[in-house]
Amino acid sequence: MIAHSVFFYIFSLIAIVSAVMVTVSKNTVHSVFFLILDFISISCLFIMIGAEFLGMIMLIVYVGAVAVLFLFVVMMLNVAEQKGQWFSSRWDGGTHIPVGLLVSLIIFFELIIVIGGWKYKPDLLNSLSINISTEVTNTRSIGNVLYTDYILLFQISGMILLVAMIGAIVLTYRERAGVKRQSYVKQISRERDEGVDLVEAERNKGVKIDA
Amino acid sequence: MDSYISILFTEVYKILFLLVPVLVSVAMIVWLDRRVWAFVQKRRGPNVVGPFGLFQSLADALKYIFKEIIIPASSNKLVFVLAPVVTMTLALISWAVIPFGEDFVLADINVGILYLFAVSSLGVYGIIMGGWASNSKYPFLGAIRSAAQMVSYEVSIGVIIINVLLCVGSLNLSEIVMAQQNLWFVIPLFPMFVIFFISALAETNRPPFDLPEAEAELVAGYQTEYSGMMYAMFWLGEYANILLMCAMGSVLFLGGWLSPIDIFPFNAIPGPFWLIFKILFLFILFALVKATVPRYRYDQLMKLGWKIFLPFSLFYVVLTSSFLLYFDLLPGK
Repeated sequence: MIAHSVFFYIFSLIAIVSAVMVTVSKNTVHSVFFLILDFISISCLFIMIGAEFLGMIMLIVYVGAVAVLFLFVVMMLNVAEQKGQWFSSRWDGGTHIPVGLLVSLIIFFELIIVIGGWKYKPDLLNSLSINISTEVTNTRSIGNVLYTDYILLFQISGMILLVAMIGAIVLTYRERAGVKRQSYVKQISRERDEGVDLVEAERNKGVKIDA
Repeated sequence: MDSYISILFTEVYKILFLLVPVLVSVAMIVWLDRRVWAFVQKRRGPNVVGPFGLFQSLADALKYIFKEIIIPASSNKLVFVLAPVVTMTLALISWAVIPFGEDFVLADINVGILYLFAVSSLGVYGIIMGGWASNSKYPFLGAIRSAAQMVSYEVSIGVIIINVLLCVGSLNLSEIVMAQQNLWFVIPLFPMFVIFFISALAETNRPPFDLPEAEAELVAGYQTEYSGMMYAMFWLGEYANILLMCAMGSVLFLGGWLSPIDIFPFNAIPGPFWLIFKILFLFILFALVKATVPRYRYDQLMKLGWKIFLPFSLFYVVLTSSFLLYFDLLPGK
């Protein structure tokens, strides 16, 4: 048990420190790297409590895909050095600090409510209709719940994601004029007769080529 | 406390017993790659150092060790140094779950295949970090390219894995192998095997999908600013990843450590050798592809991944699951 708790404290220390570093570090790209470190240590914590499926999905989805997109955006927008203003400079009358404080206050109170609710409902685990067995792997038990009791919610969330994806494509799509696209059919179906054109060129005049 | 230390020592011993052969075979596989490549093009390839040039890779490694490590002045130094370390580490840790035989695996975890998939999806960070930290145009372009490419092809690899898992009913790699005792999955899922092979080429940045390091356009892509041992680590990580993809292909489709036919001369050969044969077979295919196919254009690469492989493998998921459901073959009930 000693080793278990040692590892728990190591991972949670890394998680907390890197979460702080996400907001403190001056370089935005470094922030994203710390965010990735945070995700990884949280997935280690998931694995330690026996939720190996959630831990791996956390790695695949957040670290493997979402954080890559974060990195892309941060690198492409070239915002690397702008963030230092938050701590170093005086408040210049902008709105971002009050709004940020408000949002973090709301999140703080939500956390208090969540933890309080957990504390005052100790019989929550007993009242669950699903009996937790240790023999079934947690991948299978998540599947059993997700695709039977909560199938409707699961599919609705899938639909919402699909709508968001289509919306993003529609919003960003613009048709550009004058783009030449490759057409395999056109290329393959070209014959020798139409491809090669023999012309008697008149001297000192050349041939007029129509594109 | 004593028991902890003894556990620690046995684990370290086991890990070394796995990693040292992997590193040696990475060196040998580089030689094999260059030899096969040369034979296809009617050249000789590396044949000077040692018998058949077998020690060429060791000579190369020695050269890399004695070269100076140059860190560009304008680079982001910490990230620059970390990038090859990340690549190498990620390439090596995934070997922990590969089963070399029945009960012959370092970590027999329940979600082995997800672990492999997660680690291979982390592999992109070594490249992005290297490209960004170099603070130079070509590495950055190479890194962006390879990140987009690896994320795209991961999606189709994930869907292909779902196909296999439908037939097995477990995420454990040993159980995936044991489910193929009667029939290797390469036969019923042959189209998926082909797509897996091509996606593995793209995932490991091998030709014809080696756009991240397309030397005609990007000098050496994300490796441009690296030198000496750091370059060699990128290189070793890349080849360890290729070997890993071959191992993954043989576990998922070619029956892992199982012998092709369960009769005397074949099943007398121990399981690990079969796995090694299969990995070598897939690797020689990789090398043949490198020697024969010209490089893809970037838009062709993206089109292949998103518009052809992804819809087709999704369709095959529907096909496999409806087949299994209709004939009542679904596993794990």
